[in-house]
Amino acid sequence: MLIIGEKLSIIAKRVREAMMKKDKGPIQEIARAQYEAGAGMIDANIGPAEDGGEELMEWMVTTIQEAVPLPVCLDTTNYAAIEAGLKVHNNDYGTPMINSTSNDPERFPMLELAAKYNCLIIGLTVGKGGLPADEEERAAIAAEIMARAMEYGVPLENLYLDPLVLQIATTQDQALKVIRTIKMFQDLNDPPMKTVVGLSNISNGCPKELRPILNKYYLALLMYEGLTAAIADPKEVIETVKTIDVIMGKTLYAHSYLEM
Amino acid sequence: MAFVAPKETFAGKVFPVTIGTENEQTFGGENTLPFHAFEGEVPNRPLIAYEIQDVPPEDWPETVRKVYDAVGDDPVKWAKFCQDELKAKAIALRLIGTHPDNKDLSADDAAKTVSDVLGAVNVPLIILGSNHVEKDSEVLVKVAEVAKGKNCVIGKAQEANYKTIAAAAMANGHKLIAMSELDINLSKQLNILITQMGFEKERLITDPMCSALGYGLEYTYSVMERIRLAALAQNDPVMQPPMMADVGMYVWKIKETQASEETLPEWGGLEERAIMWEAMTASSLMLSGAEFLVMRHPKAVELVERFVDELMG
Repeated sequence: MLIIGEKLSIIAKRVREAMMKKDKGPIQEIARAQYEAGAGMIDANIGPAEDGGEELMEWMVTTIQEAVPLPVCLDTTNYAAIEAGLKVHNNDYGTPMINSTSNDPERFPMLELAAKYNCLIIGLTVGKGGLPADEEERAAIAAEIMARAMEYGVPLENLYLDPLVLQIATTQDQALKVIRTIKMFQDLNDPPMKTVVGLSNISNGCPKELRPILNKYYLALLMYEGLTAAIADPKEVIETVKTIDVIMGKTLYAHSYLEM
Repeated sequence: MAFVAPKETFAGKVFPVTIGTENEQTFGGENTLPFHAFEGEVPNRPLIAYEIQDVPPEDWPETVRKVYDAVGDDPVKWAKFCQDELKAKAIALRLIGTHPDNKDLSADDAAKTVSDVLGAVNVPLIILGSNHVEKDSEVLVKVAEVAKGKNCVIGKAQEANYKTIAAAAMANGHKLIAMSELDINLSKQLNILITQMGFEKERLITDPMCSALGYGLEYTYSVMERIRLAALAQNDPVMQPPMMADVGMYVWKIKETQASEETLPEWGGLEERAIMWEAMTASSLMLSGAEFLVMRHPKAVELVERFVDELMG
């Protein structure tokens, strides 16, 4: 399973300050730590970035890729910033990912970029009408996004469907619905559609000491249903990923499997 | 519409391993199941090495011992005979005489034998210990030094002695055989432990332990098959070294290669039967994924080589 390192987010104070001061040190240190912990891609969340977004995303992509040989997941609602990031992205380290499009017409231009730069894109299964109620609604939105993707010329294997993980503390019944959605999404196409989640959202609002526990067990259940990728803290989840891969027979067991 | 056979392709690939200096030999390197050249690349033939040993082959059954009657008393003569007369592509020298229950020859004795053999032949040399855990770590360290720079294969490193043997192989530029006992998970674990020492996995050969037809061959077959699938389908880098089948040693100690036709008339002629037994065991293991085999009888080697010719088309 692909772990997309979530730690480079503008929400974190240290990262936000480094972004504002264009201080490469902390950004590269966090990127390296995530790479060493097992991340296969680094999320760069610069927020809405209405002012100077293009320059900021360019700087983030080059700063990250100077430090680690990984592709970047470009995370912003700013279309121009995404394109600026894609232009400087080093594709020798892997295909970049756009985070994200959805069924909201305002997000459709992201599909245009995904087609133009032949990159991966997350399709968040929400529309204009607010949060999806259950797995059926999510699958219906997913089908619309898939149709839109084909219309824009994005191959379906480049589309990662995101069922939108919600907080267990406020909407407990959604946790199981999202797990069921992962299964349903795969059935929408042959070969199966790829799936991704923003994992730590499950424990958002929970006490600090509970968060890793909720994240890890939730990931195990999602992986059982065939999850392709998770935006998560690699250090926190790598043990879960390796263990579930062994239990599912995806990697061959050896006593040292956690060290590999 | 014409039938199109489905093709199975894999993300993983077996590492190619090259041994020797003058007449280098390479095995492994394929990205598909054994001999499935119609589905992927099979760049190299399996390599068969002729087995010789540091002491006369007194415990080898008559059928195979008599082939080496004139040369078996001297490893140098024996090695030259294999290279020059039998056209061996590689020679596997087993230092069985160093085993405490055999002649308990010293590491220095072994080093001299290795050095003499290396001086006499120019095909790649595989240097095997006596499979005595403590003695091997002493003997193989010494012979690895003597053979420095000759790009030999040293073996076998086991869980109990891999540290010293792997360090010696690494320091002297050799390839290394990692042997575990018919257990795929232990085989992976040993390869992990050896690579964690800094030994490159591209220089390893996995020996999941051989067994003869009728004596557990299906266990070896199944472990090899699963190792190869882990290498190809799961793209597991630790399982991507080529595999070894130490055929001769296991075949030439069983009843089927020794009982005479007089004793067991229903089994047919001994010589033909024994040769076929070695050839069948080797061929089966090649089909399950072995890329490197050690064999004894020239006629069995010839049969297997012919079989490979046909499979490689």
